[in-house]
Amino acid sequence: MATGKEAGMKIVINPITRVLGASQVEVQVAAGRVVYARCAATVFRGFEMILRDRDPRDTAYITQRICGICPTAHAMAASFAVEELAGIRPPHNGNLLRNLIFAGDLLQNHIRHFYLFAVPDYVRGPEIRPLIPPSTTDYRLPRAENKRLIDSYFQALDVSRKAYEINALLGGKAPHPHSIIPGGSSVPVTAITVLNLISIVKKIQKFIEERMLPDVYILAEHYPEYFKIGGRGADFLNFGLFPVDPEVSSYHFPGAAVLNGRMEAVDLGEITEHLRYTHFEGEPVEHPARGKTRPNPDKPGGYSWAKAPRYRGRALEGGPLAQLWIRGDYRRGVSVMDRLIARAIISREVAGLMRKWLTALKPDQPVFSHFRVPDSGVGVGLTGAMRGALGHWLEVAGGRIKNYQIITPTAWNFSPHDDQRGLGPVEEALLDTPVADAKKPVEIKRVLHSFDPCMSCVAHVIVLDQPGPNRVIVF
Amino acid sequence: MRTKTRRRGLARTGRAPQTQETGNGRPEKHPLVWLETNTCHGDILSLLNSYHPDFGTLTQELLEIYFTNTLMAAHGSQAIEVLEKIRLERSGEYILVVEGTVPTAAGGRYAFIGLRDGKPWTALDAVVELAAGAKHVVAVGSCATWGLPYGAHPNPTGSKPVSAVVDRPVINVPGCPAHPDWITGTLAHLVWYGVPELDAENRPVVFYGETIHNLCQRRHYFESGLFARKIGEPWCLYKIGCKGPVTYADCPSRQWCGEHLNWPVGANTPCTGCASPEFLERTAPFFEHLPDVHLPGVRVTANRVGLAGGLITALGIGLHLAGNLFTGRLQKEWKKGLGKTGKTFRLKRK
Repeated sequence: MATGKEAGMKIVINPITRVLGASQVEVQVAAGRVVYARCAATVFRGFEMILRDRDPRDTAYITQRICGICPTAHAMAASFAVEELAGIRPPHNGNLLRNLIFAGDLLQNHIRHFYLFAVPDYVRGPEIRPLIPPSTTDYRLPRAENKRLIDSYFQALDVSRKAYEINALLGGKAPHPHSIIPGGSSVPVTAITVLNLISIVKKIQKFIEERMLPDVYILAEHYPEYFKIGGRGADFLNFGLFPVDPEVSSYHFPGAAVLNGRMEAVDLGEITEHLRYTHFEGEPVEHPARGKTRPNPDKPGGYSWAKAPRYRGRALEGGPLAQLWIRGDYRRGVSVMDRLIARAIISREVAGLMRKWLTALKPDQPVFSHFRVPDSGVGVGLTGAMRGALGHWLEVAGGRIKNYQIITPTAWNFSPHDDQRGLGPVEEALLDTPVADAKKPVEIKRVLHSFDPCMSCVAHVIVLDQPGPNRVIVF
Repeated sequence: MRTKTRRRGLARTGRAPQTQETGNGRPEKHPLVWLETNTCHGDILSLLNSYHPDFGTLTQELLEIYFTNTLMAAHGSQAIEVLEKIRLERSGEYILVVEGTVPTAAGGRYAFIGLRDGKPWTALDAVVELAAGAKHVVAVGSCATWGLPYGAHPNPTGSKPVSAVVDRPVINVPGCPAHPDWITGTLAHLVWYGVPELDAENRPVVFYGETIHNLCQRRHYFESGLFARKIGEPWCLYKIGCKGPVTYADCPSRQWCGEHLNWPVGANTPCTGCASPEFLERTAPFFEHLPDVHLPGVRVTANRVGLAGGLITALGIGLHLAGNLFTGRLQKEWKKGLGKTGKTFRLKRK
């Protein structure tokens, strides 16, 4: 059996399972450790092309279809962009209801991510497909703890479904709820709705306190080296998550850029997209609002359909760890385990906020601000999301969408090399990861899953003007 | 009534009526492959929202899900081996579920399932090969059923529905996403009783036999001419874009999600026609009550109301309204509505 210890051994993982969307990771292993890594998105759809010339009010519904596990994040960003364009704000209730729907989705995402996507890397599952065949033999939990985690896995199915029932109550359905829209939300505040929601949120809170947090610390206890694996510098980015009020005077999770541990306000002018190692041609370094790119799969050196966004030239990481780091709640370190712990902690914090928002709702007051879409103008919608910083750039002419650009959190996290050959965050985190069995490189999966990557989100950024049968897309 | 009977039956027995026990006392489960192609994964997440039964029970008692990129433990070549094994060794036995459009442009290289023998296995090839050996092929979600919304103009990836790339009948379970009951109900029917009664579009009649408009709790407001003018008003949402009249699905009676709590019109927002073969392509703009499609390469012809051949949506709503007009209802409202947003025109692809 290959041990991964031969010099320069290359390991390719495709498909990466328990992430959303298709992707490939290639690593070079020398002396049992990863010495080089590259991550490629291998699926795309051309969402910006589909959005062109459509009604700007539809963006919240259309962009949700980018991603089934974080649709509300796109709906929030699209709503912010249209509201900036129209110069309006939602009413007090509208802001809170949108936060509640978004938060329900966020809890659903974090609970499903931790248990359904990450836990099978550490816990010997029940003999049930699709959990067999297992991906590794490196299971270390004692019998009782292993059983506890399996019980939690099945409870998580129920609790994450409950989190989505919040979206059903307030937004009609889930995924892709209807009530995060430019102007606010749509369900009036009544005692019975609030009562239903408090009851649901309490059950989720109980699960997070009694199951999710203890469970993640059980993993931390038995896999302590993962506080050192998957590490990189404190380079983070978050846009503000959950506006405190409709005027957005502040956010419950503020936005900031952290460069090598030093925090600063985000300057959007400092965001650039690098193309050298992508399948795109265009100006080598572009700002997303001006980005004009042409696909060329044959471009020498290109290996991914994700562009490489950078901030002041640095690859920044997003997600719960970045969000808590910026708020000052958790700064123990940057590693696989820190990311998992941060995801559980932020779930607890968000559930607590939901209880506060529910009591702040006011009956008999409006939930939606009516408005007219201007014939022309621009709007930017920024929000923190489940995996990091999400930005939508909207340009309208003649009452229709002229240009729409999106940079997703996974585009930051899973980005390829930049023009100076600097690695993307996941690529960087993979370096120095020990690989015991090259046939079953579970260590690499653990690093990848700690970022909760979502290729469905990356997949949309492609602008294809002339797809042709002779274009080689990848490899 | 139908819904209640079905659910009660499953909850009480907890096991398939025709399920046979294996030697070790466990029920024999039906093999299934869930293939994610060009998708947001919203349909498997919707399946996870199933309540009766929950996903755990489903995998323990009804379905042996060999492959699903979203949930399976195995990865890389190990995952592809699982898929190849069932394709080759259980041919004629497994149900193939496809979620997502099938991109056909560029030789299908817009979506991959993984590496097979070191070479990329396109979603197109995988769907065709796996469908050939499947007992049943089920397209779940509007992507797999209609090729929409990713196949919407200008369809950058050449996305097609599953039925357009395989040479055999495909059972269609549309919706964006499909309701958990539509998925589990169709699969359970296939496992226990065989192919359910299907309509002309191969949709199970039990879920898609009636329009949303006909099942809608707000139908009487439509009949009485009480229309919401703004989002959030509790009247008929037809005037602000509801596509219920041309969308076949039982959302109003079934309600979302697993706990059957609400549906888009219940949340005071118009139905977007997400289960309709016209989704996004002709059911948008979502907040206009007739398609006002304005796309590259399309000429605006304001006077073509009802004439455009492709505008089934407009025609459907128009006929329905004409019926009401005939009976003397709604005359004033109808004229007003069309006068205001009656711009519509033929959609031509380049």
